Amino acid sequence: MARHQEVEVAVESARSAMPSRGTVVVSGLASDAHTWNLVYLQILIEEFGYHVVNLGACVPDDVLVETCRRIDPALIALGSVNGHGRTDGLRVVARLRDCPELVATPMVIGGKLTVSDDAETLAPELLAAGFDGVFPDRASSEGEFAAFVAALPTAPRQLLSMGRPE
Amino acid sequence: MTARVPDRPSRPEQGFGAFVRARADAGALVVQPRMGFGDPAWMRAGLAATRAARAHTVGTLTLDSYTRLGDLAAIERALHDGMPLNGYPIATHSDSMTRAVLEGVMDADFPVQVRHGSALPQHIFRRLIALGLTATEGGPVSYCLPYGRVPLADSIDAWRECTELFAQARDLGAEPHLETFGGCMMGQLCPPSQLVALSVLEALFFRAHGCRSISVSYAQQTHPGQDTAAVLALRRLCADLLPDVEWHVVVYTYMGAYPVTEAGAYRLLREAAELAVRTGSERLIVKTVAESRRIPTVAENVAALEYAARAAEANRTTAHDPGTDSQTYAEALALVEAVLNLASDLSRALLLAFRRGYLDIPYCVHPDNRGLTRSRLDEEGRLRWAYTGALPLGHLVRTGQSHKVTAAGLLADLSFLRQKMDREAVADRSSSELTGSV
Repeated sequence: MARHQEVEVAVESARSAMPSRGTVVVSGLASDAHTWNLVYLQILIEEFGYHVVNLGACVPDDVLVETCRRIDPALIALGSVNGHGRTDGLRVVARLRDCPELVATPMVIGGKLTVSDDAETLAPELLAAGFDGVFPDRASSEGEFAAFVAALPTAPRQLLSMGRPE
Repeated sequence: MTARVPDRPSRPEQGFGAFVRARADAGALVVQPRMGFGDPAWMRAGLAATRAARAHTVGTLTLDSYTRLGDLAAIERALHDGMPLNGYPIATHSDSMTRAVLEGVMDADFPVQVRHGSALPQHIFRRLIALGLTATEGGPVSYCLPYGRVPLADSIDAWRECTELFAQARDLGAEPHLETFGGCMMGQLCPPSQLVALSVLEALFFRAHGCRSISVSYAQQTHPGQDTAAVLALRRLCADLLPDVEWHVVVYTYMGAYPVTEAGAYRLLREAAELAVRTGSERLIVKTVAESRRIPTVAENVAALEYAARAAEANRTTAHDPGTDSQTYAEALALVEAVLNLASDLSRALLLAFRRGYLDIPYCVHPDNRGLTRSRLDEEGRLRWAYTGALPLGHLVRTGQSHKVTAAGLLADLSFLRQKMDREAVADRSSSELTGSV
């Protein structure tokens, strides 16, 4: 099903005239059914010249981990707005970081990450758990996220990974 | 225009649908929150406060997202770790606990609807039937495509099984009632004609599997005039296609990016209440001032219910019905007829329709959605097709010059109504300050 989805999503996307800077995985978390955040992220990241694989909503941890291991993406961008982002994000980032291929892969999470207003206080916890960037709904802007994407290494993925301890 | 049918359901006098019908016949709009808490005491308090609100209300028991997905282990972990759930875990709390939550609150004067969002809801329907709960909502398409990765065919099978089980549960003491969620697909940016078509098709699906008390949903979009035409088209199609069913229309207050100011939020809620009244809709799902930030409190929900009821009372004007002479009606009819003509079995017709792109939801990333359509707002805020893909609308819609969707353009469309309501609310306040009026 993952391959089918990639094909479907690719129909409309990644038609940039720019040479692709690599592939980014955009994904929701296991319990989150929302997708507008993911559609927006996809189009935004595509505008930086990346090909985006959008796994959509309610992505089981296994599907996310397996897809990321297979693709070896330039960035993993997780979006969540249902209030379970902290819980689901802490769990899945540990599993992603456990994979040798993904030890150094940039990973970010953003959205409404808890059921209350205190998302900004969670950033240190999520960073410590393995994320490289945390973008809570009320405490960050799309400009900050765009700056993060723009600052990603521009080297082709193969060259970059050669310099990584694996 | 209301469907008073000759062949009445078996127990028309009882249940969610009959309650709403009786209020509507008395000229009142029923208002309802979207409310769910993991804690049984909070859930009970929320239902009691909804009941006590100064409005004609029905109750809502929204389930948490782990229950929706059937991930009961995650609920155990969350409860153990003290992490709050975003709804009521009906399959985890014991039935006696849930009965205690409802005891003395839910009765013939205060029916309660269970809301979930599950593509594979067998475990939820089993609990509803065990608990004697007779009103819920969803649909094989609308609870599948926007929310996850469950194959559409699996969702259709599951919903067929659940609808049949539920419809047979008439010995629960009330007529089982199902609401289509199809009119709310994706929350925003699905053109009204496809919302109407999906709501009608899901109602036909429920009817085909034995349900005789149905509500059809429509979510407020970005333009009052366009929404009015859409709800009237929905009513006309239901009157024609659901002759032997007790049905009503439920309008959802805007489900997209909500205004951030209190005045803007209330302005949008008022427009939703006015849409409901203008179109003869019988029920309204409200939203609160907290919507743009977090799950609302009980007090915020009660304030929204009472405000919506006052707004409905204050505006009793009825819209002129353009009948079949409406673009939205013509498009919706074309979509419904094209799907029904694909196969005599509606389950098969729905599957074929998505496979061929006769139904195709803009911006839906589900693997079974073709993804060849796009939508956009025009200069006046009307929701338009940008690309119609393989939809059978070639004779009705001219998309003209193609509009490439950019991130900035999508964000502008997604936040159009939020910004409009916030801006107009501020302008209203300054003008009333200037004139000294309240």
